[in-house]
Amino acid sequence: MSHPTAVADRPATRALSRFLPSDRWGIATLVVALFVATPLIAVAIIALTPAPDIWKHLYNTVLFGYVRRTVTLMFGIGLGTFILGTGTAWLVTMCRFPGRGFFNWALILPLAVPTYILAFVFTDQLEYAGAVQVALRDMFGWRNRQDYWFPEIRSMGGAITVMTLVLYPYVYLLARAAFLEQSVCVIEVSRTLGKNAWQSFWHVALPLARPAIVVGMTLAMMEALNDFGTVDFFGVRTFTAGIYDVWLNMDSISGAAQLAAVLMIFVIALIMLERSARRGQKYHHTSTKMQALPGYKLRGARAGLAIAFCALPIVLGFILPAMVLLSYSVVFFDVALKANFLTITLNSLTLSFGAAVAAVGIGLVLAYGLRMGSGPLPRAAVRFASVGYAVPGAVLAIGVIIPLAKFDNAIDALSSQLFGVSPGLLFSGTVVAILYGYLARFLALSFGTVEAGLGKVSRNMDGAARTLGATPFQTMARVHFPLVRTSLMTAGLLVFVDCMKELPITIILRPFGYDTLATFVFQYASDELFEESALGALTIVAAGLIPVAILALTTLRSRPGHATGSCSA
Amino acid sequence: MIPPLTTQQTMNNTTAPGLHMQNVSHAFGSHEVVIDVSVSVEAGELVCLLGPSGCGKTTLLRLAAGLEDLQRGQIRFGDEVIADSSQGRQVPPEGRNVGLMFQDFALFPHLTVMENIAFGLPQKNAGRVGWVRDTLASMGLAQYADAYPHVLSGGQQQRVALLRALAPTPRVLLLDEPFSGLDVNRRAQIRQDTFQILSQAGIATLMVTHDPEEAMFMADRILVMRGGRIVQAGRPMDIYFKPEDAFVAELFGPINALPGQVSGSQLQTPLGAFPAGSQQDGATVRVLIRPEALVLSLPAESAQGPALTVMSARSLGRSTHLTLLLEDGAEGTVLSARMPGVFLPDVGSRVHAQVAAESLLVFPAE
Amino acid sequence: MRTDLPRTKRLFAALAVTALTVVAGAKAQAADIELNLYSYRQPFLIKPLTDAFTKETGIKVNTVFAKKGMLEKIKAAGDNSPADAVVTVDIGRLYALKEAGVLQSIKSDVLEKNIPAHFRDPEGMWYGLTSRARVVLVSKERVKPGEIKTLEDLADPKFKGKICTRSGKHAYNVALIASMIAHHGEEAAEKWLDGVKANLARKPQGNDRAQAKAVYEGVCDIALSNSYYMGKMMTNDKKPEQKEWANAVRLTYLNQDGRGNHMNISGAAVTKSAKHKEAAVKLLEFLSSDEAQRIYAEDNQEYPVKPGIPFSKVVKSWGDFKVDTLSLEKIAKLRPAASRLVDKVGFDDGPGS
Repeated sequence: MSHPTAVADRPATRALSRFLPSDRWGIATLVVALFVATPLIAVAIIALTPAPDIWKHLYNTVLFGYVRRTVTLMFGIGLGTFILGTGTAWLVTMCRFPGRGFFNWALILPLAVPTYILAFVFTDQLEYAGAVQVALRDMFGWRNRQDYWFPEIRSMGGAITVMTLVLYPYVYLLARAAFLEQSVCVIEVSRTLGKNAWQSFWHVALPLARPAIVVGMTLAMMEALNDFGTVDFFGVRTFTAGIYDVWLNMDSISGAAQLAAVLMIFVIALIMLERSARRGQKYHHTSTKMQALPGYKLRGARAGLAIAFCALPIVLGFILPAMVLLSYSVVFFDVALKANFLTITLNSLTLSFGAAVAAVGIGLVLAYGLRMGSGPLPRAAVRFASVGYAVPGAVLAIGVIIPLAKFDNAIDALSSQLFGVSPGLLFSGTVVAILYGYLARFLALSFGTVEAGLGKVSRNMDGAARTLGATPFQTMARVHFPLVRTSLMTAGLLVFVDCMKELPITIILRPFGYDTLATFVFQYASDELFEESALGALTIVAAGLIPVAILALTTLRSRPGHATGSCSA
Repeated sequence: MIPPLTTQQTMNNTTAPGLHMQNVSHAFGSHEVVIDVSVSVEAGELVCLLGPSGCGKTTLLRLAAGLEDLQRGQIRFGDEVIADSSQGRQVPPEGRNVGLMFQDFALFPHLTVMENIAFGLPQKNAGRVGWVRDTLASMGLAQYADAYPHVLSGGQQQRVALLRALAPTPRVLLLDEPFSGLDVNRRAQIRQDTFQILSQAGIATLMVTHDPEEAMFMADRILVMRGGRIVQAGRPMDIYFKPEDAFVAELFGPINALPGQVSGSQLQTPLGAFPAGSQQDGATVRVLIRPEALVLSLPAESAQGPALTVMSARSLGRSTHLTLLLEDGAEGTVLSARMPGVFLPDVGSRVHAQVAAESLLVFPAE
Repeated sequence: MRTDLPRTKRLFAALAVTALTVVAGAKAQAADIELNLYSYRQPFLIKPLTDAFTKETGIKVNTVFAKKGMLEKIKAAGDNSPADAVVTVDIGRLYALKEAGVLQSIKSDVLEKNIPAHFRDPEGMWYGLTSRARVVLVSKERVKPGEIKTLEDLADPKFKGKICTRSGKHAYNVALIASMIAHHGEEAAEKWLDGVKANLARKPQGNDRAQAKAVYEGVCDIALSNSYYMGKMMTNDKKPEQKEWANAVRLTYLNQDGRGNHMNISGAAVTKSAKHKEAAVKLLEFLSSDEAQRIYAEDNQEYPVKPGIPFSKVVKSWGDFKVDTLSLEKIAKLRPAASRLVDKVGFDDGPGS
């Protein structure tokens, strides 16, 4: 434990000690957070090289367009994931209607579909030559474009739709868990105070679930910020498109890094704004009574609407793309056979699993470190490290490679000097680099989930364990770990699914001859051969189904009374 | 209800240390919650920290447990220094061997009752496990040994939490509002049971509560806290009958306040004159009278004391609660009284009130 | 969870072994000659060539493919970079690599003999291996032969609402605009680009094939595209609909009466830190050889840089044409300016904005 008391009398030292963590947990948290944040720091350092003419040019031309479109995209995805995620979560937790049990887990499925795949499938089906418009033309006898109006899929609206369909499960998962944990009492109180079911949802359940919903929306919106493949496909030029343009067309990596730094600052500001808006509101549950949820019974048209609302995202976000991919996979099966498809699949699986384990482990250490109460610095460092999720993958990859190669070169020089052996690039040339990149990218996912889980464990549990003789580490192993197991599992599975889909970091950081499903898909997709990549894409989806199934079977069944403890009668 | 515990429970009695906290101060940021407090609890003694929420009593408990780092002062168990700010010494909570029981019990929801109680026991302590089993059985909880906490009633959870805290034979026991989570009907019985268990344990026990009745029942001594300081310390009877200020007097519930004037050796109040005692001649004072100190009688020749108008009289079964109007000025003063048994005069009728001089609580006027 | 622990342990072990294998593998590779190649070209396109190279020389080639970040990776690794050679699909990357100082000058009689001077760097830092023309694919039905003859014509108001293209920010379009700047100066190029923008049928979107498709669908009449996509669509047996798209359009070379059609190249270079310089040069020489050039021509419908190597049958059907011999380095240097022009006229916002 710490011993700040010895210096407590000297104000200057006290000010410093309040800023710097003095306890072991604080220091450990800070070190681990900085390790994960190193790629971001590297990007920030690149950004220090001035690139003034780039800014002037952007300011005079496209900057406001980038910002406007990025904000529109974020807002659209935020709203879309909120409506779909919260709406479906409310329906399956609070209402009873035919198919509820199925929707309960099936609503997670679209998470397994890579956004760029869905973008392709949607375009393929909805563009002029796509099945939908062909059918419409046949049906109504239209001959050409001028005869009718049809929404343009390659547009902002298309991008928002597609990304919402893939990203809403974040909100769904978190909102669902939050609704399940809400004491039924508060909703009953609301009903007795004269609010109907809808008003109770709006005025009581929703505000109580707000932190969870906001976390889900933040994840979805950060994904919107870092995405390039999808928006590029839809011809929507966002801030990220600008970053790549400055980097690759204007040959200014520092200008690109500066844009990325602005993006980071924007995200941090957004997170802080949300937090300050929430300050003062404490959302712990005043009662832990967990009775069976009320279960408004829906019948007739209402049940039909509920079914339609839940089925829509599953059909559009999962069944449709899976069918399209399946049909192409059959036609282009030989392409995959030529490649060493099994090895590629195994690579993807092991890499994603390794990243999931590492991200959850580090997420747990950080969340636990912050819980053990450290100063503001470790807290800030952890928040900063989480920003990696919003940074375009390729930029983050550069942030990984620079410090890692420096480290490798230093080791190499040292080894050559001492032993006359040159080990070469120990880490930056191996899968370790990819794992590091995944960690920097997906920490927000694992840390956020684990922190939320830990937050639900009463601090008195810690106190009880400690006074019963358990060290902090034993407390973590014997009390927290079992209690947040579900959260850890969720965190791991989210990271796993995301790593399976991840492309820019994988492609830049992988060693020679190392392919994953995502890079396999990309090599065809980047040569305008989407159909050839179908089997790879289908395998990504299928592999994503395994954890989604585990998620469905474990977390969805967990009894809330179990996880939170039933303390007061 | 609780049969005598096995003798193992009382072991270490002779070596049980006292808990001594000296000149302890603690602040959260710039907010000082404990200011220069000293507490001593001898082995076998139960001391209550009594005060409203936010007075710093729980922080003091957490400091003793080591859940907060001591910022200033010293904590000893017997002669052993557990924490000392001047030496920068802090024994972590797991090294202190204290038992701590929380208001919400903080039972581990993922562990069974047995596993909860055995949490603090060394892996191979068969004797102690036997004790746990016996005690559970004696509490009528044997069939719950393998159940999870959420199926237990509040009272059962309370007992499990207490057993869990006592199982590793702690040197010092700390109880944080141990009964506040229980419903009123069971509280008295559980309090009784707990009292028995604790008196057999024979260790220094520091208990935090905001319920004065609970403190009176449980404590050998009571420390009343307010705003981070101890405002009065003493035996329960002293706290009740000889509060050192109005705050302490008012802790025990609503109280009647009347103005008083000392003239000569007489204390003049609207309820009559009383011996002035140590009050200075000419002083203006505030006189507090507990509702139960007002002795009422129906008008009769023998009736004494000023007459009051009955505004309401409600029987509570065991006692009767009355509100009375004392016409001592333009608006009069409303007094509360609590009479034992059934005493139900008509509303609007007059009764006489008498107060024993020793139950007057006299403080300087504010 | 306790029951899961051994499994987790096993996985950690597996991961550790994987990592070690990769490290050890990298070590073992140093023993016999294996060439490490960074490729901006898709593996399935480069593999037939590297396979042929291995067959001929016995040198194994390890390839890793990416579209971004290679330069930064080589630069960061410095002397320890494992990359021996790089192949790219446009001049922009070659030039950026050269400017970053990660390439080395190669002197080879074979390369100089096989590759014409305007397709290689004067200092021998990079060598072009194939060339591709950026052409227009025009509607056979709606555009008469000779109606559009030059790049400059694209800005002619008579084509209002008739032109389709991918994003102006795509490397191929950036290079094309850079060539306009080189020929006419920045001001004139801006005016021209503004004119082209005004003629667009829709917001720039999709890839090159999608533009041909748009002509087929009647969305527009003129599509900007790289030449080889036309060849690939014409020969696509697996997706016969692409043949239909190709059937609807006519490939038209531009500026045939003047400076010739704008060209871009795919090329290769040897890194400064190359551990196997000799083998790397050998690879470059092989890629410029008759055999490799033929593979390029047949499999990818590109123009071989080596004089005398025949075009593929399809490419031949478009006839001979005159190429713009403007210095590729000049084009590369003007890329940032071209990219800015795209921003300045708001090209990607589409017509009427």
